Amino acid sequence: MSIHATSRLILPVSERDHIRGPATALVSLVEYGDYECPFCGAAYPVVEELQQVLGDRLRFVFRHFPLTQMHPHAQGAAEAAEAAGAQDMFWEMHATLYTHQHALDGAHLIRYAIALGLDPTSFRHALGGRSYEKRVREDFLSGVRSGVNGTPTFFIDGVRYDGPPDFDSLLAVLAEAAGETGG
Amino acid sequence: MSTYPIRPSIPNPTAALAPGTAAPEFRLPSTPDLIVILSEFRGSPVILAFYPADWSPVCGDQMTLYNEVLPEFRRFHAALLGISVDGVWCHLAFAKDRKLHFPPLPDFEPKGAVARTCGVHRPHDGNCERALFVIDSEGIVRPSYVSPIGVNPGADGILTALEALPTTGGPNSCQSTRHPGSSCR
Repeated sequence: MSIHATSRLILPVSERDHIRGPATALVSLVEYGDYECPFCGAAYPVVEELQQVLGDRLRFVFRHFPLTQMHPHAQGAAEAAEAAGAQDMFWEMHATLYTHQHALDGAHLIRYAIALGLDPTSFRHALGGRSYEKRVREDFLSGVRSGVNGTPTFFIDGVRYDGPPDFDSLLAVLAEAAGETGG
Repeated sequence: MSTYPIRPSIPNPTAALAPGTAAPEFRLPSTPDLIVILSEFRGSPVILAFYPADWSPVCGDQMTLYNEVLPEFRRFHAALLGISVDGVWCHLAFAKDRKLHFPPLPDFEPKGAVARTCGVHRPHDGNCERALFVIDSEGIVRPSYVSPIGVNPGADGILTALEALPTTGGPNSCQSTRHPGSSCR
């Protein structure tokens, strides 16, 4: 045993996750992110573009890693994404949050939910009742135990990616993991 | 598990305290008026997190992460102490900015003295290494780890180390309600 554990995803991707891309994809990308983190905001369009370029070859999973002391709205935003997910609109809310990082307070979250056509009553109830607090904490702790050391942290096929989070760098590693040479 | 090796694949450039050695006593101010004394934590595990500098990006990420993981450390009744050679006022500003709920301690005068006693001082630049020590409730160093200076070692290894400690006290143990420096009896 070492104080420095290997940085591998300890919680396998499963039905509990928010997943884009087929189970048969050639490579998986798991992101631990925080909706109020500016670096995650910068990574958002990168990940979107990676999904467009790689299509069904890529399976993308997003898990919450809110740094709540630094980012006072991150936890609420994560719970809002989960509440939207309960109405099958996780990815729509995910996109809204990452494109509105400057306005993530409760009133704005409700506004986004309404704009997305969610049932506002149950959405409000989920936020007010902290229905997804535990779920978000589960994500966070699975990240801590997997060696997430900041946000965003990516895992490619279960192994922590420590390279730069730009499009070319990520695409090169994902393409190689997918067995494609020359990206 | 009885041994706690430093990860062999990463060379340890220093003479960091080895597992099984007694942690050297220190007294460092957490504020201009309050002194933290390591031995007063006896009875509970202590995580010593040496880091090079308050405002460097990696350190900021590391301390921010540990701040978020504090409730998990507390499940093991473990205290977290950050240490760098920055002065107490610098630490106060850093802790306020990052909303830290644990004290970063200044190894400031004599500069780097505690880091030296723990074998993690960097004489060529005057900072301390990015080093972790998990000290058990008897004051004995269990695992220690010196990270590459620019790499945030995360918290996973600390939690694994805390889990492996033989006695960290349970919810019903005497330790669980004991405050550092107070009596158990």
